[in-house]
Amino acid sequence: MSEINIKKINKYYGSNHIIKDVSLDIKSQSFTVLVGPSGCGKSTILRMIAGLEDINSGTIAIDGTVVNDLAPKQRNIAMVFQSYALYPHMTVFNNMAFGLKLEKRSKDEIEERVHEAAKILQIEDYLQRKPKQLSGGQRQRVAIGRAITRKPKVFLFDEPLSNLDAALRVQMRVELAKLHDQLDATMIYVTHDQTEAMTMADEIVVLDQGIISQSGGPMQLYNNPSNLFVGGFIGSPKMNFINTKILSSNSKGTKVDLFGSSDIVIPKTSKTSSSGDQVTLGVRPEHLLVNKKSSSSWESKVFVVEKLGSGTFLYLEKEGEPLVVETEGDSKIKVGDSVKVGFDPDKCHLFDSSNNSFT
Amino acid sequence: MNIISLISTVLAGIFFFIIYFRLFNFILDYIIKYKIISHRYENSIRSIIFIAPAFLVLFTFILFPVFETIRLSFYDKFGREFIGFENYLWAIKDNEFRRSILNNLGWLLIVPTLSTFFGLVIANLTDRIWWGTIAKSIIFMPMAISFVGAGVIWKFIYDYRGIDDQQIGLLNAIVVSFGLEPQAWLTIPIWNNLFLMAIMIWIQTGLALVIFSAALRGIPKETLEAARIDGASEFRIFWSIIIPFLEQTILVIWTIITILVLKVFDIIYAMTNGQWQTEVLANLMYDWMFRGGGDSGRGSVLAFCIMIGVIPILAWNLYRHRNEQST
Repeated sequence: MSEINIKKINKYYGSNHIIKDVSLDIKSQSFTVLVGPSGCGKSTILRMIAGLEDINSGTIAIDGTVVNDLAPKQRNIAMVFQSYALYPHMTVFNNMAFGLKLEKRSKDEIEERVHEAAKILQIEDYLQRKPKQLSGGQRQRVAIGRAITRKPKVFLFDEPLSNLDAALRVQMRVELAKLHDQLDATMIYVTHDQTEAMTMADEIVVLDQGIISQSGGPMQLYNNPSNLFVGGFIGSPKMNFINTKILSSNSKGTKVDLFGSSDIVIPKTSKTSSSGDQVTLGVRPEHLLVNKKSSSSWESKVFVVEKLGSGTFLYLEKEGEPLVVETEGDSKIKVGDSVKVGFDPDKCHLFDSSNNSFT
Repeated sequence: MNIISLISTVLAGIFFFIIYFRLFNFILDYIIKYKIISHRYENSIRSIIFIAPAFLVLFTFILFPVFETIRLSFYDKFGREFIGFENYLWAIKDNEFRRSILNNLGWLLIVPTLSTFFGLVIANLTDRIWWGTIAKSIIFMPMAISFVGAGVIWKFIYDYRGIDDQQIGLLNAIVVSFGLEPQAWLTIPIWNNLFLMAIMIWIQTGLALVIFSAALRGIPKETLEAARIDGASEFRIFWSIIIPFLEQTILVIWTIITILVLKVFDIIYAMTNGQWQTEVLANLMYDWMFRGGGDSGRGSVLAFCIMIGVIPILAWNLYRHRNEQST
């Protein structure tokens, strides 16, 4: 049991309003990912939970206790930093034991807990080494180990994988997910990488310029983004956006213009928009169909082909709008070819002029 | 006229070295090109060419005087007659010499330690207050004052007038205001050494402070935050994280000040001239070398002693430097 309740917190740096009235409930034993572009305030929120930043107004409560005025060490949290932040002059063992020594634990208990954590993280062989003798991945394990040994109520991760290479990042992602299952602890994870958010989170909180843009489960955010920002941020490659306008609408759906040459009915509606309004049509690359039969389609020229093996991304242009399309891995399409692109209206999203989603 | 000759000398010097480097470089290129010397030696020969002038200057002005001093220490006061170890035997028996050795040891123990300690603590504390930069500037200021100048300033602090006179020394003014008797501070044996050391500490703390302040910036903020989350108190962070981080810097500052203290001369010369048991090696050497007609033999022995004292510190420094590079 260790839920976190954040109520209307604000943070200013001088005259800059960094965190704007953010409220958030984090369930006990959940893996919550705060995600957003740099400067959105995600790290600041994490540091406020940790007690490394003052809270200008609002409250943060861990397990029902308001911790605003408690020092980091009184909050029963542990944090893993992007730069690992290991103590360079201490051995791996002492790095992991430092917090326990400060808690004045017995020697046997320290020994036992460090070895236990080292076993989980498979760093038992390195316990007598200094951090500089370790690789980046090993250092990050030590940093995680330092957090585990203290058996905190809440784990805070501040972009822990950003300094690792791509292969290691994938591997650590899996291990962190496993670790969450093993430890049953509440984990809050900050990243700018939507893939990390999608793969690890129980709950994703998308932040944009100091406010929560949308929060929910990964698939909820993927399938029903509540606004243009979340639509564009979640998913890789990005959702295609096509500027268009409403031709007509009724209770079943909205008919929009398609490149001035045809039209399409999207089964989504909005109470605030009416005929003639400018809207944005959003459709993910994986939901565009290439050279297949569909209700509405058009011809486009391919100017870049990206082969990933498992799939192929085609970069097209239509009426000045860039489009990315995903097709099968063994596709024979070459640069300069003309392809027929169509889509399923059910998989499309519409965003009004204030960037809110049609439902 | 003087300025013109100065400028022309400097220009001639520069011109000479340009010619030197060009010429020898050209010759080496030529030799290599026509394979008179194997290609393998090119790098080592070229480095010799470039090091040679600096080495010559160093040899003439540092190494040669060292050997000359050692030679003179075996000769009589005029440097004419060889007298073996007589000067050394004199030194061992001389009370002032023994006193100087003791005092120098005291200086070596106390001044570098306290300067480094104060520098480190003040650097840490000034980082936490808004007027830290002002405080640092004030503490650094004595560095800009010459030792003799510092001596003059501190003379006013330790000054003593007859018991019936008005005391103008700061320290005595304080003592008198508490109703105690004024003291001639610089004449109280043992203690007067500490009063003189205070001047050096006052000056050198600034140096340590500035270097530590810069080094403190190099400690990653996240590491300190990690320690804070681990539950370390500010004192514990200072002791267990910051000091180990600054270990190299501490050693460097400690050696710089140690070497400086070993050569301490100006402060003693200006304040007591070695009276009242405050004598140190450098002042004693100056006394023998240049006063009362001068005795180059005994003076050289004392100079040699100072050098012997510096050598282990330098050697250790070089050793450490090499170790650092290899890891």
